[in-house]
Amino acid sequence: MQDLLTEEHRAWIGKAEPTGSVEISRRDIIKYAIATEQRQRKYLEGDEAPPMFIFNLFSTIREIENLRPDGLPRGSGQGPRLPLKRVMAGGTEIHQYQPIRPGDRLNGTQRITDMYEKQGSTGPLIFTVRTLAITNESGEPVLDEIQTAIAR
Amino acid sequence: MSELMDINVGDALPEREHSATNVSLFLYNAAVWNAHRIHYDESYTTEVEHHPGIVIDGPLQGDWMSQCALNWMEGQGELLSFNYSNRRAAYLGEVLTTGGTVVDIDADSAVVSVELFVKNEVGEVISPGGARLKILKLEP
Repeated sequence: MQDLLTEEHRAWIGKAEPTGSVEISRRDIIKYAIATEQRQRKYLEGDEAPPMFIFNLFSTIREIENLRPDGLPRGSGQGPRLPLKRVMAGGTEIHQYQPIRPGDRLNGTQRITDMYEKQGSTGPLIFTVRTLAITNESGEPVLDEIQTAIAR
Repeated sequence: MSELMDINVGDALPEREHSATNVSLFLYNAAVWNAHRIHYDESYTTEVEHHPGIVIDGPLQGDWMSQCALNWMEGQGELLSFNYSNRRAAYLGEVLTTGGTVVDIDADSAVVSVELFVKNEVGEVISPGGARLKILKLEP
């Protein structure tokens, strides 16, 4: 097994990225619902967000000059630079405590909770696990998202 | 699906076919603000990242899988948790099928657990997943 992750990479584990605040818009819910071919009216009319609406909701929005040639953002907001550059979405686990509705003002705190290497069939892989805790204005938990990104 | 007493371990959830298009992938990636070129730039995707074609987003497949459970509930239950992982990439032009099976029923807490899947055209599960759903009491 190659050791692609350095102490500098591992130092990111547990570090909280800046807490973001997002106001939920009915129009954004409707766009998402149409793009994902939802069937329930509450989603298509934007009364409630589908659970997976939270994907990328709190990611830092970069200016175009701060995007890499592959289109993905560069910089500290997305974690450390990895020696492997082809990034795929690995998987997601969500725990929903209450629905997300238009007008909600949500706060998110993201941490890299694990980084590890595996040997895949076509070469080494680096797994980065990020945990996003979403709360409402009253500080009540709304949803937790645990997301794995795979670099190869 | 309606009441808890109608649900049995082993029940199959309704399957649904999904055929992503260039337009639907554009809309999805715009909605989630994802500019990764493997979802819209075919020559870049094949020549630089060496995929055989435009890549269907893993999280989009995850959403489709979550819909399998949510639509089965017909608004008579709420999602407690959901998970999925992308085991194999899928490419524009592939017809993907979502489905699932009831694997556990906790009558005391009215929580139903289901296994979910996204299969490709040759029947391989390319994304397995699962969900826990709380059945809501129906109004008389």
